[in-house]
Amino acid sequence: MKALDQTLALAWRSLVQVRRNPWELGDYSIQPILFLVLFLFVFGGAVAGSTEAYLPFVLPGVIAMNMLFVTVYVGHGLNTDLTRGVFDRFRALPIPRWAPLAGRILADLLKQALCIALLLIVGVLLGFRIETSPWEVLGMVALVLVFASAASWIMVLVGVLSRDPEHVQLFGFTALFPVTFVSTAFVPLETMPAVLQPFVQANPVSLLADASRALLSGGHALEPVLWTLVWAAAIAVIFAPLSVWALNRRLARG
Amino acid sequence: MEIAIRLQGLVRSYNGIRAVDGIDLEVPPGSILGLLGPNGAGKTTIVRMLSTLIAPDAGMAEVGGFDVVRDAERVREIIGLTGQYASVDEKLTGRENLLLIARLLGLGRRHARRRADELLGQFHLQDAAKRPVQTYSGGMRRRLDLAASLVGDPAILFLDEPTTGLDPRARRALWRLVGELREQGTTVLLTTQYLDEADALADRIVVLDRGRIIAEGTSAELKERVGGRSLFVVVADSARVDEAAKEIARIVGERPQTRDNTLNVAVTSSAVVPRVLRALDQVGIEAVELGLRTASLDDVFLALTGHAAEATSEMAEEGV
Repeated sequence: MKALDQTLALAWRSLVQVRRNPWELGDYSIQPILFLVLFLFVFGGAVAGSTEAYLPFVLPGVIAMNMLFVTVYVGHGLNTDLTRGVFDRFRALPIPRWAPLAGRILADLLKQALCIALLLIVGVLLGFRIETSPWEVLGMVALVLVFASAASWIMVLVGVLSRDPEHVQLFGFTALFPVTFVSTAFVPLETMPAVLQPFVQANPVSLLADASRALLSGGHALEPVLWTLVWAAAIAVIFAPLSVWALNRRLARG
Repeated sequence: MEIAIRLQGLVRSYNGIRAVDGIDLEVPPGSILGLLGPNGAGKTTIVRMLSTLIAPDAGMAEVGGFDVVRDAERVREIIGLTGQYASVDEKLTGRENLLLIARLLGLGRRHARRRADELLGQFHLQDAAKRPVQTYSGGMRRRLDLAASLVGDPAILFLDEPTTGLDPRARRALWRLVGELREQGTTVLLTTQYLDEADALADRIVVLDRGRIIAEGTSAELKERVGGRSLFVVVADSARVDEAAKEIARIVGERPQTRDNTLNVAVTSSAVVPRVLRALDQVGIEAVELGLRTASLDDVFLALTGHAAEATSEMAEEGV
């Protein structure tokens, strides 16, 4: 119980921080809305013939992209704590070793959930109609959150290995852009060059976007959902131990 | 608890260099020990081992009777740590920082609030309590950092260079706060590059150089070894530094250390000042600057090791 309280206190701290970081706050609010509106009205006609037809396609794509961008802040925040000595203060306190990381990831999941809700609301205001049951919608939110918590471990590793918080952002976004765009998040698979298609099909962002589409608008959800979960499990199995190892190594050196 | 902090043969290396090279030390409870030394002497490494942040390569350390490796968890329950870098969260307010630590230490909501407000008052931070730390001055940050390390009323407190980079007024303010801790019976291990700081705060001073203890004693004992004050002369003509050194040696009885155009020598009486001035004048050596200053860490190092401290101790020279 004590460990849970401590984790919650650390999560609270991560959330309070957002208030004083306009950039981060913007990334959770204005940026996703901006992306949704821009993609919808700029590309909607070209990709799907009309904005109305594009909205059900692009909304899950923007949700997936935004989820990945938000995970960068896990690495950014961790690196800030490491370089500024805040992490040392926590480590000298009688709290479990995993609590600072757990608190951060917990706070991240809450931010993620709020972003998804925000995007769904804005989507509905723009004319999006949810065609499935509330359970499927909840399933979609849960799937995005499961994938987010797995992807967070990649950013934990980036956060541990980076020299300063700016490098986390630089590296994080540079890596995420191609992964996000070489996917079916924004355009259908058939419109892309044949050489690219195998990558697009295997890309977890494609699978997550396809799964989310099916869970919001109907269609075959099972296969993309399962593959998304397989990806999430694989990422977690590789990156969680790797990140913890890298973190311990960095701490032992210092 | 007969001994608050005990170190035996403590060793820690970085990249093959022994940052801490066999330290034996005992600190009785309720006293303030000053670890004095330049950058790279091993001060911070010792503090990091004692506060369970890194493990020793060899030897052992006990804090409050608990081994820092085997009983790290117990050690963390009784210590407070104020790092060299202000380890508070910039994005939180001062009050939120203290609340966070209080919650992490298991204080209930109301108790945490009371403790935070108490400390904000004690450290004169009430007015800034609701402002984010990124708007704080260096002195306020250090005060908050110190307050954060006291939330749990630690029996043993580590202060790693608590005043480095602070202006003289902020330093004095922090010294007063540490002085108050002494009265409460907290055991304090303080690291510093400044002799005057160790002088003002510590009951006993340990001088470190390259990971080893090179001297130990009260500040009076150490100063006696250094000579208390030193005479410094800056000559205009660098070609005549040697000549000036001979003149000064004749009067003071000891050959000064020279660095560029500056000559330095420990003296016991201020009476030598006019005599040196006259002597240099007679041989036609122009002194651009000449005066007495209190012994600095540089002087301690010169006297104890024969080599200069790598870090300059500008602060210690303020009293010129």
